[in-house]
Amino acid sequence: METSGKVLTIDHEKCTGCRLCELVCAVKHDGVSNPMRSRIRVMKWEAEGLYIPMSCQQCEDAPCLKACPVKAISRNASFERVEIDYDLCIGCRTCVSVCPFGAMSFNPVEKKVFKCDLCDGDPQCVRFCEVKAVDYVDAADVSLKKKKAAAHRISVAGKEAASLHAAL
Amino acid sequence: MPLDRKIAHINLTTGDIDVKSIPLNVRKQFIGGRGLDAYLLYNYARKGVDPLGPENPLIISAGLLTATCASATARTHVMAKSPLTGLLGSTNMGGFFAPELAWAGFHHLVITGKADKPVYLFIHNGNIEIRDASGLWGKTTTDTQWAVREELGDDEVKSLVIGPAGENLVRFANVMTGIKNSGGRTGMGCVMGAKNLKAVAARGTLDIKIAHPMDALEYNKRFIDQITSAKVNQTQGTLGTPFIWGATNCWGGLRTRNFQYNQLEYADDIEPERLDEIATETIGPHHMTGCFACQVHCRAQYKIPSGPYAGKYDEGPEYTSLGAFGAEPGCTSAETVLTGNHLVNQFGMDNLETGSMIAWAMELYEEGILTEKHTDGLDLRFGNDAVLLEMVERICYRKGWLGDTLADGGIPAAEKIGKNSFDYLIQVKGMNNLHSDERATPALALNIATASRGSDHLRSRPAIDLYHLPEGVLRKIYGTPIPYDGPLSSEHTSYEGKAWMVFWQENCYMAVDCLGICKYHTTFLGATLPNFEDWPKVIYYNTGLEFTPEELWTVAERCNMIERMYNIREGLSRNDLKKGDTLNHRYFDEPCKRGAPDVIGMCIDREQFEKMLDEFYDYKGLDKNGKPKAATLKRLGLDREPSRLL
Repeated sequence: METSGKVLTIDHEKCTGCRLCELVCAVKHDGVSNPMRSRIRVMKWEAEGLYIPMSCQQCEDAPCLKACPVKAISRNASFERVEIDYDLCIGCRTCVSVCPFGAMSFNPVEKKVFKCDLCDGDPQCVRFCEVKAVDYVDAADVSLKKKKAAAHRISVAGKEAASLHAAL
Repeated sequence: MPLDRKIAHINLTTGDIDVKSIPLNVRKQFIGGRGLDAYLLYNYARKGVDPLGPENPLIISAGLLTATCASATARTHVMAKSPLTGLLGSTNMGGFFAPELAWAGFHHLVITGKADKPVYLFIHNGNIEIRDASGLWGKTTTDTQWAVREELGDDEVKSLVIGPAGENLVRFANVMTGIKNSGGRTGMGCVMGAKNLKAVAARGTLDIKIAHPMDALEYNKRFIDQITSAKVNQTQGTLGTPFIWGATNCWGGLRTRNFQYNQLEYADDIEPERLDEIATETIGPHHMTGCFACQVHCRAQYKIPSGPYAGKYDEGPEYTSLGAFGAEPGCTSAETVLTGNHLVNQFGMDNLETGSMIAWAMELYEEGILTEKHTDGLDLRFGNDAVLLEMVERICYRKGWLGDTLADGGIPAAEKIGKNSFDYLIQVKGMNNLHSDERATPALALNIATASRGSDHLRSRPAIDLYHLPEGVLRKIYGTPIPYDGPLSSEHTSYEGKAWMVFWQENCYMAVDCLGICKYHTTFLGATLPNFEDWPKVIYYNTGLEFTPEELWTVAERCNMIERMYNIREGLSRNDLKKGDTLNHRYFDEPCKRGAPDVIGMCIDREQFEKMLDEFYDYKGLDKNGKPKAATLKRLGLDREPSRLL
């Protein structure tokens, strides 16, 4: 079976909240350190230790693409991504408004919207994340690891139930 | 592209704020972080200044590499004259505050004066605002941070705060950020409290320019691979610092029941593996977290499993909390350690000093020097968990005669308690030792005796001395960047060459503290981690500044020397038991009772210790009394201090 390209996946349970992804994203794209410029941002609830990285889902039916009044947003099939043509973009931020994930950001210095471009196939957030809270996997296998983890939980639960039964 | 970074002088009495650029010649001399802080303290703290008075400058900084594309450089450094020791006050913490301060436009803050009512600073993209903190006074460290965010309407604000202990002028109150990142040592939270300064809040979206971004990015990948491939960091990343505690307890290196033993027995409930189980049970399998841009993630998350605080979320406990609420008071319960850790984090109080003070009082109680009259009826025996936790609260709120007395720190408390109580106090330069026992490890004993901020393991400890590494490996590490062909011993009980190891580590730790790097990323617990040979590249790619390894070494020597000069100006002298480079008599007189065969029966030999100290002074360029020689000051360019260049 042919694969349909790779996608960025996020497993927030693994995230340690360090935000290295934000740092390397800004350095890779803009050559500076500044989380405001990062395409990926870790949303944190420190009081409960909850950290969730958020980035563009590269939606198949992307609201930003549909809503753009000047058709500056298109789908790039070779990178499986949604991208912005800055020659057409008028900076109206409609895409920011409609994105359900907050993944479209606005740079107030350069007055431009910006989003994840998957680093043209070598996402730096993935490269630097040792715990693999952010990963880049074949789209066909996107749920395989989750299936296996769920299967393992079922197996453990089954064994526990069996030992409970044996103890009765 | 020249490096342009800012320092702000803030006077809380007048409200004046003066922003300056940090000149590059000062950077080349003192780099940043702790080194530049030491320069500022030497220059701006008048001799004999009252630590709690308005004139005492409180200096807060980020490292040179903080918020650049160099991982694990999130350290905040804080300096002032210490209200605990009357000497150098200096503390270092991780978390997310320092990078935020850098993105907000500042790398160093010098705060003088005293506000007439509680205030906090809000630092935002080059602006500094002094704001009313009346509504924050009395709040715990975390509640303060969340309240600041609510008031400013911004969840991304990162704050450095004090808790009730700082407000109550507990002499070992700490500064904190996040859940448990603490600048614990030397009472910097007490200085903030004395200034009526509840918090410094930062939020920034300014760029930190990277001199060579793609090189910095690639080098950082290499750096991270080197760091995460070290077994010691992989263990840190699963068990956190408690693994050090477990290992040290095995061979008998833990100060137990104040100083009576060197090993805690029946400690199964607080061994690292058990704490890991609790974290897994209360949080889940992925319960490790860390500081900004760090891949070691050495900090566990947990909820207190039982007791009056059951269900409360916190982080840690670190190695030091296991000593403070385990070994030192002779307690062996996870609930006690996790609760004690939570209380000091919430109160904003140094876990290490707190546990040590209570353990000292426990020994005084068992010896009859303190009685129930002093304790207001508390049965202050070793191993009394409930009384231990009660004392934590009494110290924070200065409740009862003993709580109030212990809150003043070891030496003032010993003077108040009288009799021979001082003989039982395990301190150097007025700061208590952590819960490690150095009687079988001369190198470590020299380290705590000479550390610039009082008894401390993070200033010059050659921890790898315990690994018995082959001499060739030691020669490679300790022979760069400055050649060394003197004696070196792989044996931890030896006195041979240990002075050089301590001198080398002192410079190594100073360099990382200037750069803002965490010590787990250098020659501290692991022998394969980056040091002088590696840092010049990281500095160059990120800032464009050029240093050779030898130049970095000299900068570190210079920064250590200015700390020494500060201490000497405030009264340090070699043999002074309260302000000197020496140890409590028990190190020399009481042999270890427990532990490994080469530990039992060990204590420090006074004559060999003095010889080692002579050697150490010699390497540093000090005379026999520990004062810098004129030629040393000239060589390091310190002969014209104070120079007041910024």
